[in-house]
Amino acid sequence: MSTNKDYKWVGTSPIRPDGADKVTGKAAFGADKNLPGMLHGKILRSPYGHAKIKSIDTSAAESAPGVLAVMTSKDLPDLASEMGEAGESAVDFRDLSQNILAAGKVLYHGHAVAAVAATSPKLAKQALKLIKVEYEELPVVLEIEDAMADDAPILHENQFTPGGSQDKPSNIAGKMKLPRGDIEKGFAEADVIVEREFTTPTVHQGYIEPHAVTASMSASGHADVWCCTQGAFVVRAMTAKVLNMDVGKVKVTPSEIGGGFGAKTTVYLEPIAVKLSEMSGRPVKMVMDREEVLRATGPTSASVIKIKLGATNDGKLVAAEGTLKYGAGAYKGSPMGPGCMCVFASYEIPNFVVRGFDVVLNKPKVAAYRAPGAPMAAFAMESVMNEMAGKLDLDPIDFRLENAVKEGSVAAYGPKFPAIGFVETLKAAKEHPHYSAPLGKNQGRGVGTGFWFNIGMQSSATLNVNESGSVTLITGSADIGGSRASMALFAAEELGIDYDLITPLVSNTEEAGYCDVTGGSRTTFATGMAVVKASKNLVANMKKRAAKTWGVEVDEVLWQDGQAVPPFSSGKNPMSMAEIAASAAKTGGPLTASASLTAQGAGAGFGVHICDVEVDPETGKTDVIRYTAIQDAGKAIHPAYVEGQYQGGAAQGIGWALNEEYVYNDKGVLQNFGFLDYRMPVANDLPMIDTVIVEVPNPAHPYGVRGVGETPIVPPLAAVAEAVNNAAGVRITDLPISPPRLLAEIDAK
Amino acid sequence: MSKAHVTTTINGDVVEYLCEPDQSMLEVLRDNLELTGTKEGCATGDCGACSVSLDGRLVCSCLVLGVEAEGKQIETIEGIADGSELHPIQQKFLENAALQCGICTPGFIVATKALLAKNPDPTEEEARYFLAGNLCRCTGYDKIIRAVLDAAAEMRGAAS
Repeated sequence: MSTNKDYKWVGTSPIRPDGADKVTGKAAFGADKNLPGMLHGKILRSPYGHAKIKSIDTSAAESAPGVLAVMTSKDLPDLASEMGEAGESAVDFRDLSQNILAAGKVLYHGHAVAAVAATSPKLAKQALKLIKVEYEELPVVLEIEDAMADDAPILHENQFTPGGSQDKPSNIAGKMKLPRGDIEKGFAEADVIVEREFTTPTVHQGYIEPHAVTASMSASGHADVWCCTQGAFVVRAMTAKVLNMDVGKVKVTPSEIGGGFGAKTTVYLEPIAVKLSEMSGRPVKMVMDREEVLRATGPTSASVIKIKLGATNDGKLVAAEGTLKYGAGAYKGSPMGPGCMCVFASYEIPNFVVRGFDVVLNKPKVAAYRAPGAPMAAFAMESVMNEMAGKLDLDPIDFRLENAVKEGSVAAYGPKFPAIGFVETLKAAKEHPHYSAPLGKNQGRGVGTGFWFNIGMQSSATLNVNESGSVTLITGSADIGGSRASMALFAAEELGIDYDLITPLVSNTEEAGYCDVTGGSRTTFATGMAVVKASKNLVANMKKRAAKTWGVEVDEVLWQDGQAVPPFSSGKNPMSMAEIAASAAKTGGPLTASASLTAQGAGAGFGVHICDVEVDPETGKTDVIRYTAIQDAGKAIHPAYVEGQYQGGAAQGIGWALNEEYVYNDKGVLQNFGFLDYRMPVANDLPMIDTVIVEVPNPAHPYGVRGVGETPIVPPLAAVAEAVNNAAGVRITDLPISPPRLLAEIDAK
Repeated sequence: MSKAHVTTTINGDVVEYLCEPDQSMLEVLRDNLELTGTKEGCATGDCGACSVSLDGRLVCSCLVLGVEAEGKQIETIEGIADGSELHPIQQKFLENAALQCGICTPGFIVATKALLAKNPDPTEEEARYFLAGNLCRCTGYDKIIRAVLDAAAEMRGAAS
C-alpha cells in the first residue's frame, strides 16, 4: 500500500547515519560521560511508603571520608505551586521539586530524601548510611478506589478536589467530564447493552538505559549538563526552574538515549547533580541502578475503567458511558485527560458521557508512557466492542467499520477530523491473510484498534552547507529510534542531493534552535517540517546565488536534482550544489538556512492489531503465536523504522497484557524491582510481528506524515485479551493475563 | 582493602589493571579501562546489555569479578569489527534496522557472535531461545532475529 510516486529518498530505508557507532560501542549514552576530577552522586531513598520526615541529620555524612557535598530539599528553593510545560503535558513545578527531594513527607517507597557527592560511588554509598532520618510512619494507600474513599489516608493536606469540598482535603486531584447528546435517550434506543469494568496495573516503560547525568557548575554560574533525555530543552527548563536559575545559564547536551518511551521527558537527577557540583566545586556524575529506576521513576498509571455501551441490532452504536479512574502516583498528573479524550475517539457515537478521575496514591509519580492513558482506555472500550460484536453476531471488523470515524466526523474530544485512515486500516486488516487463517486447538484470535492524537509543538532546524556541497543538519530533537535518518531523508529529497552527503546532528541547547521533546510522536512530523522548511529556504538562497553568477533573474532559475538550472536563453550550464558552495564566498558568503515553527495539524493515527494466541489449559500460560500490526503512517519516511515502531509498540502492549505489573506489599514496598521479576517480553516470548503500513496522507504535512510512535501500544491489550477469550473461553477484565490468573478463571469455568 | 593487580587480554591487547576485589568486570571495563561500549542495564544478570566473551564463553560482565579475568581472553563489543571493517553481524544489524535506541545492541551483537560460533545455522526458534537473556524494549525482536539469521547465512556463505 506504500506509494513512492515522486520521491527519490523519502520512503526508502537507508542505514541510519549514527548506526556504525551504535554497533561498535562508540556511541556515548548517558552513563558514558566522564570528566576530570568528577565526583559520584548517590541518593538516600525512603524506606517507607508514606511517612512524615521529622528530622534529617547529615552531619556525620558530611564529615565522612571522600564526601564533598550533602544536600536535602532544604538546599532547593521553596517553589510556589505553578503549572508549567513539561514535555507533552503540564507539571506543577512545586511537585517536580518535591519529587526530586522530599520536603516534609515521603510519599512512596524509594522517594528521594537526601543526596551525597563523594570521590567514588562506594564512598558516596557508605556516606548515605550515615545520614540519620527520623520518620513518623503513616498509613499507605495503593489502590485507586481505596484512595478515593472518604476515610482514605490523605497524601496532600493542601489538595482539594476541584468542584468538591474545599475544607476537606482529598486524593482526587482532578476530574473531567466530556458529554455529547443524551445518554438516557441513547440507551433507551439500544437493543443490546454491554457493561463491564476493567483494571490495569501499574507498569513501567522499561527502557534498558537507567537515568544518568554528569553536571559541572562553573564558578561563573553557568551549569553544563550531559544526560540521556528525550528533550534537552525540557531538562534545561526544569533544572533552571527547580534551582531558580535563568535558562540561559544552563546548557544541556543530550547524549544518545537508551530508550525512554515518554518517561525521559522529566527530571530526577539533573538538578541534584548541578547543585552538588555547585556545592563541591567539582563535576558530579549520577547514574541510577535498575532498582532505583523501577522504585522511583515514573511508571504509568494503574487504572479502573468502566464502560457501558449500547448498540442497535443492525450494529449502530447509540450510546456510551465511560468512567475512567487513573492513579497518578504521589503527585497529581495522571493521563486522565488524554485517556478520556481517546476512549470513544474512534467511533461515531451520538450520545455519550465520559467521566475522569486523577487520583494520587503512595506510588512513584507517573511519567508519560507511549500514548499516555490510551492503552488502558482502549483495553476497556475495545474489549466491550469485541463482546458487543459477538452479541450482535457481527464480524468484529465489520462492526467497527459500521461505526468508524472518518473525514468530517466530529471527534469525541471536539474537533472535526480531516483526512484520517481508520477505515482504510480496518479494511487492510480484514484483507490481510492473517485474519482468515485457520486456527488449531486451544488457539484463538482477537482484534483491537487504537487511536492517538499525535502532537505538533515547536521545532527548529539549521542547515550548514560545507564548501564541498555536503550538508550538516542540526536539530535539537533527540534521536530515540532512527529520526536522524528521517531528517536526512527529508533534506536529501528537498535539496536533491544524496542522503550520504547529509550529516544530521542532535545538538545541545546552546547550539541548536529550540525543539520540544521527542515525544507525542512529533519528531518526524514537526522537526521534519522544520527541516523541509529550512531546506526550501536554502534552495531559495542557492537559486539567488546562481542567478547572481549568471546575471539572470532569480525567478528564471529552477532547482532540479540538486542543481540550479538556468533559463535556456542564457546559454549557461546548470550549477551543482557543490559548485554553488565552492563559489559562495563570491556570491554572498557561507550558505546556511534555518527554520523554526510551531507545527499545526498533527494527524491522528489509527492502528488495528490481529493477535493469535495458544493457551495451555493445564498451566494457564498464553503464547502469542502470530501477530500483525496495521497502521496508517500518513507517509512512511523511513519505512523500516516505521515498522520498528509498530513492532516495538506491539511487544510492549503484549507485555502489558500478559505479564507486566508492579507488585506491592501492604506497606507500599515494591516486590519486583528487577528485570527478573518485572517480566518484560524476551525474544522467545514473541513471534515475528508482521506489519502493514497504510498511507492516508496527513493534509497538514508537506509529505503527508502522521506520527507513528505511540499508536502501536494502544491496540494490543484488547487484542490479546480477546484472543485469550476465543482460545480459552474466559473473558479476562483484569490485567495482566498471567498464568495463575488465567488458570483460576479456566478452572472456575 | 588493597587493589588487585590483574593481567589479561582484552580484544587482543595485553592489558594490566588495578581493581578493587569486589569490582565487577563491567565496572572495570567501563570505569577503569574506559571501554564504555559494554552497557549496564541492570547489574543483576537479567538484561544482557553487558554481555562479553570470556575465554570464548558468553557471560554477563556484571556477574564476573574484575579479578577473575586474570590470564583470560576477553572480547567486548569494541573488538568485534576488524579494524574499520564491520563484522557481518554488525552490518546485518544495520541493514535490517535491528536497533532503535541502540543501548542493547552491543550486548546483542556479542551474544549473536557467541550463538553463531556454537550454531552456525540456527533456526528462528533456536536464535530466540539463545538470545532470551538479552532484553530489547524497542524492537519487539523481529528485526533483531532477522539480522541474526541473515548474518548466519552470510557467514556460512563466506565460510564455504
